Amino acid sequence: MALQFSEETEKQFQELVSRYPNTQAALLPALLLAQSEFGWVSVEVMDYLAERLELNPAQVLSTATFYTMFNKQPLGKAHIQVCTTLSCALCGGYEIIEHLEERLGIRLGETTPDGKYTLAEAECLASCGTAPMFQITFSDGEIEYYENLTPDSVDELLDELDKKLEQLPAPAEMH
Amino acid sequence: MEELFLSRNFKVPNAHTLRVYEANGGYQAMKKAFKMDGSAIIDEVKKSNLRGRGGAGFPTGVKWGFMPKDSDVPMYLTVNADEGEPGTFKDRYCMELDPHRLIEGCIITAWALGIRYGYIYVRGELQNAIRTLQRAINECYEKGYLGENILGTGLDFDLYVHSSAGAYICGEETGMIEGLEGKPGQPRLKPPFPAIVGVFGAPTLVNNVESISSIPFIIERGGEWFASMGVEKNGGPKLYGLSGHINKPGVYEAPSGITVRELLEEYGGGMREGSELKAFIPGGSSCAVLTPDALDAPMSFEGMREYGSTMGTGCITFMDQNTCMVRIAQRLAHFYHHESCGQCTPCREGSGWASKVLDAIEAGRGRKEDLELLLDMVDNVQGNTICALGDALAIPVRSYLQVFPEEFEAHIEKGCCPYPKWGKGKGKGKKVA
Repeated sequence: MALQFSEETEKQFQELVSRYPNTQAALLPALLLAQSEFGWVSVEVMDYLAERLELNPAQVLSTATFYTMFNKQPLGKAHIQVCTTLSCALCGGYEIIEHLEERLGIRLGETTPDGKYTLAEAECLASCGTAPMFQITFSDGEIEYYENLTPDSVDELLDELDKKLEQLPAPAEMH
Repeated sequence: MEELFLSRNFKVPNAHTLRVYEANGGYQAMKKAFKMDGSAIIDEVKKSNLRGRGGAGFPTGVKWGFMPKDSDVPMYLTVNADEGEPGTFKDRYCMELDPHRLIEGCIITAWALGIRYGYIYVRGELQNAIRTLQRAINECYEKGYLGENILGTGLDFDLYVHSSAGAYICGEETGMIEGLEGKPGQPRLKPPFPAIVGVFGAPTLVNNVESISSIPFIIERGGEWFASMGVEKNGGPKLYGLSGHINKPGVYEAPSGITVRELLEEYGGGMREGSELKAFIPGGSSCAVLTPDALDAPMSFEGMREYGSTMGTGCITFMDQNTCMVRIAQRLAHFYHHESCGQCTPCREGSGWASKVLDAIEAGRGRKEDLELLLDMVDNVQGNTICALGDALAIPVRSYLQVFPEEFEAHIEKGCCPYPKWGKGKGKGKKVA
């Protein structure tokens, strides 16, 4: 099989598996780990995990497709998920989406042509007291919350991120 | 409240480290608990009148009592930290700002019930909480508070952080158990209850983050003291998350039984300038909506019931006069449709159908008969599903229709929404996640 965890990820994988009485229980954290290593969860990644965890590929597929955090396609280097559930909607979550659509020149669900940003809407991210907010998942697996957003603070943040993202690989190139 | 408990460390610098936590009295309750026997600890928890803080409010001590005294297989503790109910955000604070309190609660629980392994099942989105908890757990292993023969007591207890991956339904206890086993989080039929057959087929205790974080105080000061910090059958100080159109949204600690008015005015800083309270949801979006005449409702399970709603997680969302109630119902129906696990037909189909009908009404394409159709639809969802997600859809939708019928009628008669829009948006593109 062509895919293989790096040495560092392999260590983390072994540690994860040791936490559970059977290998299937490690599947959610292992999928997250694989996603940060390989950028997104392709069929190839799922098959690799099935083999590593001694599971049927269908078990991996059914779990990977149930949870929203596993990306089944390559996204931008920064996957921006704007919360628009109750408190965020009340406090300006939709205005933030509108502002991002204008600034990035894309609509919800799309990726910028330079491959930097993918814009999406997310359901309640447990940040109601600091609404509106978005979460960004970077192509290296890091996840960050950005809270109490205004259109101005979003602009400032994106100016900074533009530079940071130059350093990150695009998920599509990761495997 | 003068003395703080659950939120005591929220503003203490570096309280998430073992050093600072211990310097502020941390792990003393654990040491005290090690001198007590399990049944004495369970008695204190029963006396405390602690009700599960995840939303359902089941008495924690009673739940503990369901765990077998002698189990042939190792038993599990699972801390439900998959907090995702719209309006609810308090457990995140407990994990990010005071992780050792939760871990101390886990160790006391394990000692009391003879539990061998624990998993803290955290929303995958909460990376900061996951990192903080993992660091705190590592510190405890180094110090000998976790692992084998903890402090020479003979207690073997291993605790792990388990990351979920974005599924609201895993906040339901059996959905969470399925997720922990590496499967899609589709809730199980009960009985058997997790205390008998839980994760990996073994007896499993499922408790919420705030519930377990309360345990050290119950041991430190006694169950009766904890009960005295509340009202009848609802013990203790409690964390309240306040959000919406208010001046000071955030997480605040106050006694159980405090009124919504006190929370809004004394803690939340009142409504924002130019905002007048139109409606509020007392404990997460699955609770029935209430109007300002219910502001004196006490935050207790029994008290809220008298006002026709529920206490839920105790996290309140306040909405002002410009809020369209049809849109709130539509937004929530959309949420529950998105998060339905799809296992039960009434929930899977009913949530999507309700969402579409509400979309049409909000867009001004509604028909008069839609209102009756909606009520009939949610009546057919409620109580007809394996878990409570169907109810979580049905209860709010029905309540908006019943409390604000004139708004639904106005949308239908005028053929448009009379309220200001939430951002213009350019329409929904395809959803990627």
